[in-house]
Amino acid sequence: MSDRLSVFKTYKLYVGGKFPRSESGRVYEVQDSKGNWLANAPLSSRKDARDAVVAARKAFGGWSGATAYNRGQVLYRVAEMLEGRRDQFVREVADAEGLSKSKAAAVVDATIDRWVWYAGWTDKIAQVIGGANPVAGPYFNLSSPEPTGVVAVLAPQESSFLGLVSVVAPVIATGNTAIVVASEKAPLPALSLGEVLATSDVPGGVVNVLSGRTAEIAAPLAAHQDVNAIDLAGADDVLAKELEIAAADNLKRVLRPQPVDYFETPGIERMTAFLETKTVWHPTGSLGASGSSY
Amino acid sequence: MASAFEYAPAPESRSIVDIAPSYGLFIDGEFTEAADGKVFKTISPSTEEVLSEVAQAGEADVDRAVKAARKAFEKWSALPGSERAKYLFRIARIIQERSRELAVLETLDNGKPIKETRDADLPLVAAHFFYYAGWADKLEYAGFGQRTTNGHSGSNPRPLGVAGQVIPWNFPLLMLAWKIAPALATGNTVVLKPAETTPLSALFFADICRQAGLPKGVVNILPGYGDTGAALVAHPDVNKVAFTGSTAVGKEIARTVAGTEKKLTLELGGKGANIVFDDAPVDQAVEGIVGGIFFNQGQVCCAGSRLLVQESIHDELLDSLKRRLSTLRLGDPLDKNTDIGAINSAEQLARITALAEQGEAEGAERWSPACDIPESGYWFAPTLFTNVTQAHTIARDEIFGPVLSVLTFRTPDEAVAKANNTQYGLSAGIWTEKGSRILAVANKLRAGVVWSNTFNKFDPTSPFGGYKESGFGREGGRHGLEAYLDV
Repeated sequence: MSDRLSVFKTYKLYVGGKFPRSESGRVYEVQDSKGNWLANAPLSSRKDARDAVVAARKAFGGWSGATAYNRGQVLYRVAEMLEGRRDQFVREVADAEGLSKSKAAAVVDATIDRWVWYAGWTDKIAQVIGGANPVAGPYFNLSSPEPTGVVAVLAPQESSFLGLVSVVAPVIATGNTAIVVASEKAPLPALSLGEVLATSDVPGGVVNVLSGRTAEIAAPLAAHQDVNAIDLAGADDVLAKELEIAAADNLKRVLRPQPVDYFETPGIERMTAFLETKTVWHPTGSLGASGSSY
Repeated sequence: MASAFEYAPAPESRSIVDIAPSYGLFIDGEFTEAADGKVFKTISPSTEEVLSEVAQAGEADVDRAVKAARKAFEKWSALPGSERAKYLFRIARIIQERSRELAVLETLDNGKPIKETRDADLPLVAAHFFYYAGWADKLEYAGFGQRTTNGHSGSNPRPLGVAGQVIPWNFPLLMLAWKIAPALATGNTVVLKPAETTPLSALFFADICRQAGLPKGVVNILPGYGDTGAALVAHPDVNKVAFTGSTAVGKEIARTVAGTEKKLTLELGGKGANIVFDDAPVDQAVEGIVGGIFFNQGQVCCAGSRLLVQESIHDELLDSLKRRLSTLRLGDPLDKNTDIGAINSAEQLARITALAEQGEAEGAERWSPACDIPESGYWFAPTLFTNVTQAHTIARDEIFGPVLSVLTFRTPDEAVAKANNTQYGLSAGIWTEKGSRILAVANKLRAGVVWSNTFNKFDPTSPFGGYKESGFGREGGRHGLEAYLDV
């Protein structure tokens, strides 16, 4: 046994494809389930939240404009990166949630599989929920889903990795960009996910990860005029109501907190909640008896 | 200007409709007075004639109606879908039978031309009931997948309960159909508040429910003002809120339902861009522009109220447009040749007037065709503003009247940027002969409905609704079912 001193990791935010510290210079102590010090995580400020919105907006055009096939490839690449870091995440999830190594391994495996599941959805959701409308007139009429824009995601507090991925992946699979507020108590797996995203092919700004006090970071996001939607999964009832009221100011799409068993295969609700339906009409002309009226 | 081809008057007879001097609230299958005895008058906006006196629902009435709807919900939601479908089919058929009567009634109470109520509103009203009737026994095919939250995994779509619905005055019966047809098809019961200026067709609909033998309490109608709507939205035993109206009220409703389990859909304002490229067929485009902004006196949330014209054809297009506007006939809404009817209320006329004056004050150039304005009633001549920039109030605020703001652009990118430069995102139009350009531009527009080489087309099978501050949720089509189902 050598007495080599291990190298600690300085956990940083992930915003716009970069790893800044909080502009506030603040950190807070993250502990494992037994109260041992794990790391100092950045304590994000309102300014960090606003910077993340700017980064997410900047990334929206490119990400939403990418082909669905391309987005699927990029998401699958993330799963590849996650698989490669499986051991790291098993350790982090075990520490974060106080799980045995085997239980943490099951969580990480489910998380990676969840990511793969959503990678496969990118080029199917439009076929499943869009389509042709048989209108009573000579019109070509098609409804297709489009991403709603910049989505603030309050990650679940308890499920630091499986829950996190279960709320982030559906948002970006459909072409939205995200600002994710990590679990307040257990933010480290989320911050490490940022490192995975940075080394995959996800463009900078598509996912932005903030750590700190959920209520403090969520307030400016819910009130932000350039945020289009908010997933309140990680808010308690009192906070969720406050944020929903703030979100009404620019009519953000709101997904309220719900009891979810993250181990179950999800439905499509987390995708459809952040999609808009666009219906396009065009005259078709019609064939007359002579066949010449178009 | 007189011509050799002056139209003779062609008024539709109003004898087909029998308006009672007073109406009650419709609660639990009965007409009843308001608990506090309040009434209000509804008038014809084209003549200012009092049409009837209508009971005004207060909080106690809202409570009574919600209770009736709750009681009715148990049986109604338990009916086999195929049975609910038959009630809706009956309603659709009765609407068709009484369509002329309802068209005249709607024209009297709303002020819109008979040719629109007869040819647009009523056929669509019946079509919505027919369309959703057919869904009632097919909900498991609606494609909502299996639900894994809220403790029921893989269950079939289920109704939400009591739907509180608040609708506007611009399409009184059509908005009722958009709201009630999907609600009933999915097994919900309904408390609906029509607008205070146009309560009559909803009360006639109550009679249609009676003729159809609809069980008591399944549909309840509560005429009233904004406070009635607010009480309905806030009622703790309402499970679903659906609202069509202004963005400001929509935001207020969103705040009211925050922190509750109530499911919410909102159809709000718009400032639709109608984009005309230099290769557009000019005559067709002019017809589309006219329909886009002057249909229903411009009192349409998805109106094409911002005309974006490619600079190179601006003068030519404006000449054609002005020539066309000079042929529009404003006047008696019951006359079958009338194109432009009355503005719905004195209040709305004042708002349109103020915004048009602001347009002039901010330096835009105002133009209207020569046009006789009747002496009584609420009227506003079709109006064009040129030299409008994006900073002008008339290019940003929803006017909800027959006022078109004309802006120009040079490139498709500029057109898209200007079209999207609004808090709203309900509708847009594209006029060009180039297919690839239609598809590229349609793709980039942030709007829920995009009409290419046409405008203001509606169909019950086709989802309608907005992006951004034009609200959320969709009405119509398979998508419209989602608002009324626990999925």
